[in-house]
Amino acid sequence: MWIYEKKLQYPVRVSSCNPKLAKYLIEQYGGADGELAAALRYLNQRYTIPDKVVGLLTDIGTEEFAHLEMIATMVYKLTKDATPEQLKEAGLGEHYVNHGPALFYHNAAGSPWTATYIQAKGDPIADLYEDIAAEEKARATYQWIINMSDDPDLNDGLRFLREREIIHAQRFREAVELLKEERDQKKIF
Amino acid sequence: MFTTRKTYQPYRSPFDPCPPLTPKTYVTAPNLYIGFQPPRLPQYAPYEALRKGTTWKIFYDPYCGPYEQMKRNERT
Amino acid sequence: MKQMPKEYYDLLHQLQAIDFVLIDLTLYLDTHPHDYEAIQQFNELAQERKKLKKQYETQFGPLQQYGNSYSHYPWDWSKTPWPWQV
Repeated sequence: MWIYEKKLQYPVRVSSCNPKLAKYLIEQYGGADGELAAALRYLNQRYTIPDKVVGLLTDIGTEEFAHLEMIATMVYKLTKDATPEQLKEAGLGEHYVNHGPALFYHNAAGSPWTATYIQAKGDPIADLYEDIAAEEKARATYQWIINMSDDPDLNDGLRFLREREIIHAQRFREAVELLKEERDQKKIF
Repeated sequence: MFTTRKTYQPYRSPFDPCPPLTPKTYVTAPNLYIGFQPPRLPQYAPYEALRKGTTWKIFYDPYCGPYEQMKRNERT
Repeated sequence: MKQMPKEYYDLLHQLQAIDFVLIDLTLYLDTHPHDYEAIQQFNELAQERKKLKKQYETQFGPLQQYGNSYSHYPWDWSKTPWPWQV
């Protein structure tokens, strides 16, 4: 079971109304290496992996939902009170005619989220390597978004999220080591 | 000196249309160097840990975009 | 809905800071279940967190529902603004 907590993981701020940045940020909402994909990927892998890494998948998967809410908050603030004209100028005209002011799970180019973004192979090492790759790809995506953004407050939140990808990748690497079961043994090859 | 920013120089052709953007850079974040995290590594206090996105100092890897770097250069 | 006072942001920030370390320690302990010192730190912070939660909820209403927080009359879950609004 999950319980919602009425607070963000990190205090999200943005400097100005900027729908163009919102359009880029949507990549981390409904894109292949976004936070939704991450949460669903990890939580779904839990059922077919050794017990000693289920806790980690649960806790990182849960944290990804907190990140999803941060991205949603950024998009919400960047587009709040933007006129249809402003949205059109930002390249969100097509989005507006379908979704109005609503958020939607698609990537920056407008492709809807799909389960083919994530994998569950039922092989613990294959799945954890996918997870490590997903974290590194998300880290890279945050870098590209920061490169496109001139909003210092937004970048502050994006830097936090990028740093979390580094920590998650670290923990998944440790999970692989745990599954190798050679942590306290002398290596003989 | 150690850095998590690495560079390389791609081959340059006289027929390349854009002016060269060199050197090219990429990131090798701290998690690639640490292996299994040892116990008792130095930590940040809670407010700073939150701001930096990590409790352990060794993982901190700040990243700034070109706009922020420009601003920083203006100040100095 | 009236604007949230400065104390709201301060207390929220305090909670976010301590919760952040608890999250980070949780992930660490998931792969380091035998680090006695880290577990001690975790339990101390968890205790501090409990006090902070109580203080926050007394002033600014429930953080969680499904019975993990109490309610005033009338039902006060939606009384304060939502996280993306503040």
